[in-house]
Amino acid sequence: MPGIKLSEKTIGIIKQVCSDFRNEGSELINVLHQVQGKLGYLPAEVQEVIAKELNISVAKVYGVVTFYSFFTMIPMGEHPISICMGTACYVRGAEQVLSEFKRQLKVEVGQSTPDGKFSLNCLRCVGACGLAPVVLVGEKVFGRVSPQMVKNIIAEYKEVGASEAKSA
Amino acid sequence: MEMINLTIDHKPVVVRKGATVLEAASGIGIDIPTLCYMKLEDMNIENKPGGCRVCVVEVKGRRNLAPACCTEASEGMEISTHSIRVVNARRTVVELILSDHPADCLICAKSGNCDLQDMANHLGIRKIHYQGEHSMYREDTSPAIIREINKCIMCRRCETMCNDVQTIGVLSAVNRGFQAVVSPAFEMNLDHSVCTYCGQCVAVCPTGALTEVDETGAVIRALSDPTKTVIVQTAPAVRAALGEEFGMTAGTLVTGKMVAALRRLGFDYVFDTDFAADLTILEEGTELLNRLSAFMAGDQQVKLPILTSCCPAWVKFFEHHFPELKDIPSTARSPQQMFGSIAKTYFADKIKVKRENLVVVSIMPCLAKKYESSRPEFSVNGNPDVDYALTTRELAHLINLGNIDFKSLQNEDFDAPMGESTGAGVIFGTTGGVIEAAVRTAYEIFTGKQLPRLDFEELRGMEGLRKATIDFNGTPINIGIAHGLGNARKLLEEIQAGTSEFHAIEIMSCPGGCIGGGGQPYHHGDSEILKKRQRAIYSEDQNKSIRKSHENPYITKLYEEFLGAPLSEKSHHLLHTKYFDRS
Repeated sequence: MPGIKLSEKTIGIIKQVCSDFRNEGSELINVLHQVQGKLGYLPAEVQEVIAKELNISVAKVYGVVTFYSFFTMIPMGEHPISICMGTACYVRGAEQVLSEFKRQLKVEVGQSTPDGKFSLNCLRCVGACGLAPVVLVGEKVFGRVSPQMVKNIIAEYKEVGASEAKSA
Repeated sequence: MEMINLTIDHKPVVVRKGATVLEAASGIGIDIPTLCYMKLEDMNIENKPGGCRVCVVEVKGRRNLAPACCTEASEGMEISTHSIRVVNARRTVVELILSDHPADCLICAKSGNCDLQDMANHLGIRKIHYQGEHSMYREDTSPAIIREINKCIMCRRCETMCNDVQTIGVLSAVNRGFQAVVSPAFEMNLDHSVCTYCGQCVAVCPTGALTEVDETGAVIRALSDPTKTVIVQTAPAVRAALGEEFGMTAGTLVTGKMVAALRRLGFDYVFDTDFAADLTILEEGTELLNRLSAFMAGDQQVKLPILTSCCPAWVKFFEHHFPELKDIPSTARSPQQMFGSIAKTYFADKIKVKRENLVVVSIMPCLAKKYESSRPEFSVNGNPDVDYALTTRELAHLINLGNIDFKSLQNEDFDAPMGESTGAGVIFGTTGGVIEAAVRTAYEIFTGKQLPRLDFEELRGMEGLRKATIDFNGTPINIGIAHGLGNARKLLEEIQAGTSEFHAIEIMSCPGGCIGGGGQPYHHGDSEILKKRQRAIYSEDQNKSIRKSHENPYITKLYEEFLGAPLSEKSHHLLHTKYFDRS
């Protein structure tokens, strides 16, 4: 396990979330959800702190993290891209859209680009079937996405990053 | 008590409310096959995830088949346990399990003892109608336990033992669907985890997914090496269980046959760990008395209660989970290690064999003993005090390889000097035994009087946590006993909280103590077997002419010739140890 050292601040964040849930083992899923929301991902070291705080075994925490596809042990990119693979999106070509993202970003599902800019994931039905196929970038929803649109979507975020960098 | 009436296979049956269909059926002699289900009666150990679906039955009026192990019997139920629909479903379930199983029964360590193999045979499965992907997990080898997870059927029995009974929490189901597997956190190897190697996961695994590290090959090589003198020690619990491997009834004592078999196998000296158990009592008992006397003299620094330290899984447990208490357990090494240490010094000198040419083999009911013998502090210049620790099962395997008809062997006696032992040494094999042995000696030394009786019924039994107060001639000594590490944890938490009322506590990791060890013949969920082994141990004690460790003449001689006195400098060097913070 390539060890990372958590900062005091990060440990403080995790402990706070745990205590918000009264350090109860039965709240594990809620704790994981919130911690991932704050830290972006759940590496081994984070799971160890959670296990200790909730007084449950690390194996159990890891079991839950690996059971739910929502949880990730890999850091998400600055702009997490999620392709909906729900039935409606799937039949309207989500798989081709996914292939195009994989080809352009040169990553597999569950991975991030080396510059940390994008990560690629699939999810099941976001409740916007009328817009199928649907792609989420961060919180923003793109509807009726075709493989041809992928290049522009990626470019949009590359530019956002670039202009932010300039203005900073 | 409210009673429920139902029929199973047209037979009427009355059961208490809350009983499962499985229990109701077994009450009238209908043996519904189960695979993941396991219950150890009287020990509060039950595994019923309802996962394998082998025990499905048809309930009249219900659309789906119901798993008997976790379906409660209800009034008027009409159950069929072997309708064609049930039998087909059961066979399909087992075929599906087999479709992702290596099926290497011919060379599997569990062959002949495998619940899955038995089930396939029981159901007459001759063809697997399903083909698909096979799990391809790497094998994980540790100092004691091998995990071959491709053979796992996700019954979760190991998880129940590791989490609920032992409260270690090393094993958990991880991942999802086809990738699901029982594993330590982050899918690391066992030897990177807080595993104590108690072996209870191995003891209950229905397949060959969890087995012990097999060292019989190395022992055979040593036995055939003319430059080596090979000696063997046998732990007390082995003699009460080994016979089961040869079809003898549980609880048959086979001490004499075991000695005869070991001699046939070519061991140069056949000794007894019980001898070292007597030695342990003198060291640990003296330590207890010293601490007690200091406590009574008003010493505030003295650490009480004293905890036994014979069980290597327990030692590793407190090193991981309670390192702040590591100066509370006795510093006495376990009997296995005391034996090794004395064998490679005192005995090696006596027979004029160099340490390097003396091979010490131990036969243990235990998997953690393999790990214990590999701990670096128990070796001198890389030469371990105990070279190989075999399980009871491995010994049975060796006896078979030696073409020995075990049942027809005539009884033989252990060799002197390290084969002589007392009844106190024998009862080390069961929960309550170590502390009873210690009390027999400590009482007489403390009071200077003969014990009026030797059988301390108040210390015996199978309850996971027991306590008793023994009157040391006016001084009440409070004794606690725990078997199963979950029970041990409760006593340790009391100590941490400062509320412990005990002067001495005995802890054994395995349910029942060493008789239920991870290296014993498989009990297949039958706790009666453990009770029979326990009775066998106490009957061996009864039949011994000497039943108090301090009266063992060879122990007295060992102190006179070599060690001096209990807790002498030499004793400290050879018979005591220190513990490590592994948190």
